[in-house]
Amino acid sequence: MMRGKTLISAIIVIVLGFVVLAGYFWPLPVLVSLRDLLLKWAVLLAAVALLVGVVNLFTVHWGKASSGAKGSIYSIVLIFSLVITLIIALYFGPLSTWSLWIYNYIQVPVETSLMAVLAVILVVAVVRMARQRPNLFSVVFIATGVLMLLGSAPLMGIEIPGLYGPEGLRSLLAQIPAVAGARGILLGVALGVIATGVRVLIGSDRPYGG
Amino acid sequence: MNLSTILGTVFVLAFILLVLGLGIWGRKRPARLFRDIPAFARLGRAIGMAVEAGSRLHVSLGRGGTTGAQIAPALVGLGLLERIARAALVSDSPPVATSGEGALAVLSQDTLRSTYRSIGAAGQYSPEFGQLTGVTPFSYAAGTIPLIHDGHITASVLTGNFGSEVALIADAAERNGGMTLAGSDNLTAQAVLYATAQEPLIGEDLFAAGAYTRPNSWQTASLRAQDVFRWVLVAAILIGAILKLLGFEL
Repeated sequence: MMRGKTLISAIIVIVLGFVVLAGYFWPLPVLVSLRDLLLKWAVLLAAVALLVGVVNLFTVHWGKASSGAKGSIYSIVLIFSLVITLIIALYFGPLSTWSLWIYNYIQVPVETSLMAVLAVILVVAVVRMARQRPNLFSVVFIATGVLMLLGSAPLMGIEIPGLYGPEGLRSLLAQIPAVAGARGILLGVALGVIATGVRVLIGSDRPYGG
Repeated sequence: MNLSTILGTVFVLAFILLVLGLGIWGRKRPARLFRDIPAFARLGRAIGMAVEAGSRLHVSLGRGGTTGAQIAPALVGLGLLERIARAALVSDSPPVATSGEGALAVLSQDTLRSTYRSIGAAGQYSPEFGQLTGVTPFSYAAGTIPLIHDGHITASVLTGNFGSEVALIADAAERNGGMTLAGSDNLTAQAVLYATAQEPLIGEDLFAAGAYTRPNSWQTASLRAQDVFRWVLVAAILIGAILKLLGFEL
């Protein structure tokens, strides 16, 4: 049973949800303008929520840095980087030379390094999966992955016959079973998304406290 | 209105009506069992073990925007977060939620706050239970990994919109020795989770979480509606393929 604020929140969500949905399916000028206005408000609220999130990030790491617990040096680095970036972006502007220098020479290399680590982690994960789940699906998964990799870049210059080109095994795998499987999964996901949305619309799922 | 808009409208309206119909009908009847998804049974056991051991559970909600369809898997994650928070209330260690989007962080805090308040334990709540760990894909992963390693986490639930960076989070959870249940709406994330997570949820399995972990007539009804519409789509695809084969222009 819903009470007080939760009931009010649920009514607002249900009414506005149906208005936005109606704006998509019946493009009447009044519905479309109302839908656009509500979406603009949502975008604004999301931006405010981002600020709240950044304050939360700062608070959590301030607490860690103050406690001097294990790994607090990382929290100090995060707070220092956050403050410096914020000052530079606010003073010089987000597209200034200094802001772009931080982005190009610190953020991009760090994220690229993580992407490189990701490649190693995926190889280790595949080996672990083969040991933990030695079944037919794992074998198909690994074999397909290896074939796709070999088909993308010949190993040490050695070309495997029948793997490359538009009629090769790689193209065949990528264009028929992979696309068919992906479409099946995406249809399932789309139905799941609709079901989740409907549950929020009828007030069964309430991801808000009220 | 063009044909696709009309079809979309009919599809969504029929889906809503079917969920409403099945939900009302299901209230008076005993719940029928669905096929077994071992991941959800293991999650229940992991929650129980974490409560007994006094360790923490971690829910990662991804970085999907709140104005698009990418929020749907995070909504599933919020439902699981509520269920986990209720179960973990008797434990000394509260669950922790991480997200890569500001609004999701606020929603996770709101979910936890209202759960604590609803059982009269509002004083135990702290905003630090719902954290924004980064706002770009890899900073989000980099911010979440230390939390998994240092936060005495024994089970991680990763449900949201992720990219390939989710492999870093899932791998950290696996190395920690805990159980990892993971699902996403993104195909790349599903592929990497199949290899990295202990219990990957592929396709629509993720969206069945509510019906398996906190069943009620609406959760069951929406799952049944998904099944009905899946068969409708299968029939439509097959009929379309046969008509095309017979030379009809569609």
